[in-house]
Amino acid sequence: MADRPGGTLAAYRALLGAQARSQTAYRVSFVVDLVGNVGATVFDVLTVLVLFGVTRELGGFTLRETLVMVGLSACAFATADLLVGNIERIPRYVRTGTLDAVLLRPLGALPQLLLMDLPLRKVSRALFGLAVWVVAVASADVDWTPGRALLVVVAPLAGVVFFGSIFVAAATVSFFWIESGELANSLTYGGRDFTSYPVTVYGGWFRGLFAYGLGFAFVSYHPALALLGRADPLGLPAWVGWAAPGVALVAAAAAALAWRFGIRHYRSTGS
Amino acid sequence: MAGSRPLGHGVVTSLPIVALGTRPAGRVARSGRVWLRLEGNGVGSVTATVAPSTTPNVILWFRTFRAITASGFRRYSTYRQAAVAGIVTNVVFGFLRCYVLLAVAGGAGAAAGYDRRQLATFVWVGQGLLTVILLWGWTELADRIRTGDITGDLLRPVNPVTAYLATDLGRAGYAALARLVPPALVGPLFFDVYVPTRWSTLPLAVGAVTAAVVLCFACRYLVNATAYWLTDVRGPLILWTLGSGVLAGLYFPLRFLPEAVYVPLWIATPFPSLLQTPLDVLVERDPLPVQVALVAVQLGWAVLLLAACRLVQRRAERRLVVQGG
Repeated sequence: MADRPGGTLAAYRALLGAQARSQTAYRVSFVVDLVGNVGATVFDVLTVLVLFGVTRELGGFTLRETLVMVGLSACAFATADLLVGNIERIPRYVRTGTLDAVLLRPLGALPQLLLMDLPLRKVSRALFGLAVWVVAVASADVDWTPGRALLVVVAPLAGVVFFGSIFVAAATVSFFWIESGELANSLTYGGRDFTSYPVTVYGGWFRGLFAYGLGFAFVSYHPALALLGRADPLGLPAWVGWAAPGVALVAAAAAALAWRFGIRHYRSTGS
Repeated sequence: MAGSRPLGHGVVTSLPIVALGTRPAGRVARSGRVWLRLEGNGVGSVTATVAPSTTPNVILWFRTFRAITASGFRRYSTYRQAAVAGIVTNVVFGFLRCYVLLAVAGGAGAAAGYDRRQLATFVWVGQGLLTVILLWGWTELADRIRTGDITGDLLRPVNPVTAYLATDLGRAGYAALARLVPPALVGPLFFDVYVPTRWSTLPLAVGAVTAAVVLCFACRYLVNATAYWLTDVRGPLILWTLGSGVLAGLYFPLRFLPEAVYVPLWIATPFPSLLQTPLDVLVERDPLPVQVALVAVQLGWAVLLLAACRLVQRRAERRLVVQGG
């Protein structure tokens, strides 16, 4: 199959088609799933609105300014979750030995794992995330320049790459620690929660670790500052807002390295 | 023949033969000369030839319940590494939520009647309680219904609701030690937390947590039991996951909402009783009479939903077609 590129593609297409059929087999459940998945992001946005019902500003930012970060975070996370989010199931594949079968097939392990379980139901969430981003930017009084117009498109894409890298990197932990369970959630869903609020909300070493150690500040906070034309209360220069794609590429490279390292050190559980 | 009917297709019994020839007490069906009991009879011993005693054996009941609870404790205490990973995750989310709520309290130092220390306790104990009541991730019953393993539960002389509740109490006991204590200890290392001042709060909080465990079990049981009718429970499960997180007060204290919203929510739905009530009792958000009233609402919901579980289980057994072989 390796000498026919069309064959490889057809194999991937067959995997995807089988997934689509099996997921839509229980129609009512699939529809509820679609609705439910939007609900998760709806509640994330609603939570921010409720918090602003109690206070007028959060970490020195108004509701409109915060919504730009929420929109960016929701859009980027939901899309990354759709594309690579199901990699979080890998602890189960390792534990049950499914990964052995995947590695034996003449296709790449990572694309197979992603297509084996592509969660079509998450499409609704990604679309809603995009809608929040569009509404947030439209209502935010942006002083448009060509640079900012470009940033509106590039920042969510960089966010998708960044969150995707976090998903893959966090999943590799299970190669070494099979029972790591929900540990990966603290980086993936934790990262989503972190990027939904201005970095100024957090304090101490925790902010340092998440915002700059792991790079989450570059997903929504700094691009939002650049769009809004606000100076960083924490004192970083304005150009940092445009660093998002660079940070995303570094994250992707790190995730790729981690994945290769992890899969080379994979030892079957023998089950 | 009053009260009995011949056994036919669709009549499903939860217990095997109880008597040959003579008709035993209770609701029964008949197949030739063999009598079958139509429902579980609580906890007790049953043999194929002797009708069970009509006087309930309370001591035996408690002994069985305690044994199942202890086995639940042991079973869940074997996943130690997963517990460590879970604690780390709870702590990370504790930091995230705590910083956000403290920012809401902001310069004023208070939000919706909570001061900064109360908010910190609310978040950190909440992160621990989340796994004690086990809001998410329990699909055991639904999986067993889907695969047909549920037959094993139905053949036992213990009502499935009782057996699963006993297991869950054992699990919650382990979680209270392994999952509630760590975040409750880490929180105070980094934040100023609120420590209850009234002596009455501690017993009330323990009662509220216990009631929340039972109530949450009943909710999960009902969600899982939809598998008897739907087979695939992903839909009901995701609705439960969504609704319970927000409406129980995990994302933000429900008092952040207008009073016209949260008061009806508290009384007309079981959700706030799951997390918000134990946490509000613990941080002494209200005077003693209100605390007692909140726990009373909780108890009411727990009893109501447990009764609903028994009812649903009985209805389900009437129509159950076991899947698989």
